[in-house]
Amino acid sequence: MTRDEPLVLGIETSCDETGVGIVRGRTLLADAVASSVEEHARFGGVVPEVASRAHLEAMVPTIERACDVAGVTPSDVDAVAVTSGPGLVGALLVGVAAAKALALGLDKPLYGVNHLASHVAVDQLEHGPLPEPCLALLVSGGHSSLLLVDDVTTGVSPVGRSIDDAAGEAFDKVARLLGLPFPGGPHIDRAARSGSSVAIDFPRGLTSSRDLERHRFDFSFSGLKTAVARWVEAREAAGEPVPLGDVAASFQEAVCDVLTRKAVDAAVDRGVEDLLIGGGVAANSRLRSLAEERAARHGVRVRVPRPGLCTDNGAMVAALGAEMVARGRAPSGLDFPADSSLPVTTVQA
Amino acid sequence: MLLALDTSTAFVSVAVHDDGQVLAGATTDQPLLHGERLAPLIDDTLRQVGAIRQDVTAVAVGVGPGPFTGLRVGVVTARMLGYALGIPVYGAGSLDVLAVRAVDEGVTEPFLATLDARRKELFWASYDEDGARLDGPRVDRPGDLPDHLLVVGDGPVRYPAVFDRTSPPAAPDAATLADAVAQERVELVDPEPIYLRRPDAAVPGPPKKVS
Ligand SMILES: [Zn+2]
Repeated sequence: MTRDEPLVLGIETSCDETGVGIVRGRTLLADAVASSVEEHARFGGVVPEVASRAHLEAMVPTIERACDVAGVTPSDVDAVAVTSGPGLVGALLVGVAAAKALALGLDKPLYGVNHLASHVAVDQLEHGPLPEPCLALLVSGGHSSLLLVDDVTTGVSPVGRSIDDAAGEAFDKVARLLGLPFPGGPHIDRAARSGSSVAIDFPRGLTSSRDLERHRFDFSFSGLKTAVARWVEAREAAGEPVPLGDVAASFQEAVCDVLTRKAVDAAVDRGVEDLLIGGGVAANSRLRSLAEERAARHGVRVRVPRPGLCTDNGAMVAALGAEMVARGRAPSGLDFPADSSLPVTTVQA
Repeated sequence: MLLALDTSTAFVSVAVHDDGQVLAGATTDQPLLHGERLAPLIDDTLRQVGAIRQDVTAVAVGVGPGPFTGLRVGVVTARMLGYALGIPVYGAGSLDVLAVRAVDEGVTEPFLATLDARRKELFWASYDEDGARLDGPRVDRPGDLPDHLLVVGDGPVRYPAVFDRTSPPAAPDAATLADAVAQERVELVDPEPIYLRRPDAAVPGPPKKVS
């Protein structure tokens, strides 16, 4: 193989998306995703057993599709990469077992990689070599983290995280409250366009001076979610209509305000000039624009991959795997576990 | 050369079969490590008989019923090996394999094969004296299984008070699976898990009031 431009197949099954991506070095060749989101929608959230069953059924067909799109055969692949954690353990296990069998059957090296570091590495497929160090804000239904990335293959350290709900979870819960479908993010984003972000003054979690002492770079969204519920209930109790656009816009503003304020603050504090945003919530239009506006004021550059690469996918896993090959990291072997609570500091299994 | 694997119990079992016999077989002794142990055990077992992966011409996998998470590890491994090597993958019911093993170990009358289903239930199927399935697989409480038949498998181990006529403990294993598939003593099915239970999931009611 060419070490600089390895052909890597990546498998991602940490939640409800069966993702298979193929990259050559930093070039994206295929990104096939099979989602079971529709099967979860009526439950208002991801049902782990439903997701695991769907992963098993989707696995081989999704690999076939990715190989077709990339125009490669499995035996062309130089290495296989897979998310080993964090995530839903039963879901992770399907991907990990599949990747091990593929690597064993093809006699190729296997890299078990951290899902969060993969969300960072994926940006290389769009914007070229990763600026290191950089600060990463990862926001989705499963995570809300601020990470300092010194070396995406070995050195990722936590700067802040959500102490309760993930940002995307707050979007889902507020959407449900407003009668909008799951997943809530895109629907809130759309509804917000017809409302005012300053109509309702929702609370900003962990931003009081007392909270900032202990939780300067941490997030909390559970109080915000409750405040929205109270506000909506009071309206309904008074027999008044609920202004959907205003609630959505004001809620979204509260989330994006805290996320971007703390992310930019952390970048400045750590003396880092690049802020990278990833995860499903990075698709939110207000988060992108507010981050760019605030970062520019502090001389910080913002990188956000396009929405399709922000949500969970196999390309991000392949991207990190390719970077590990390129930087000469040793493969993971066949005996590593699927670890639902894999710490972000463990980039490779 | 047939590679057989079973992950329908708490343990992982792998065997290699060729020229009418099992060349090597191994079962792990530590429970609940399917994701960690299966691939290395396949690798080790092939090495042990001096085979390389291209020597394998078919894969057989126990499709349960059994605990879902482990079962999926076996099924996805079999399917992926089949895909990577371009070889066929056969499934066989794990209770059927247990039944073959019971007959091989001396059972000579109709019987029930049972595997632990957790939640105070058993997976079971009934067989004639030659090990041909008559009924099942199903999942039920131990007390609700057909009466008066000899019982093999996990049932007597987990619920000794419920069953009076039992045979020594036995579990489905890859060596029996390999033999049974090679000798056409089990029904071959798609490599698809036999779940017998729907996922636990409830459609939520309206949002709870907070005030
Ligand atoms: Zn994610």
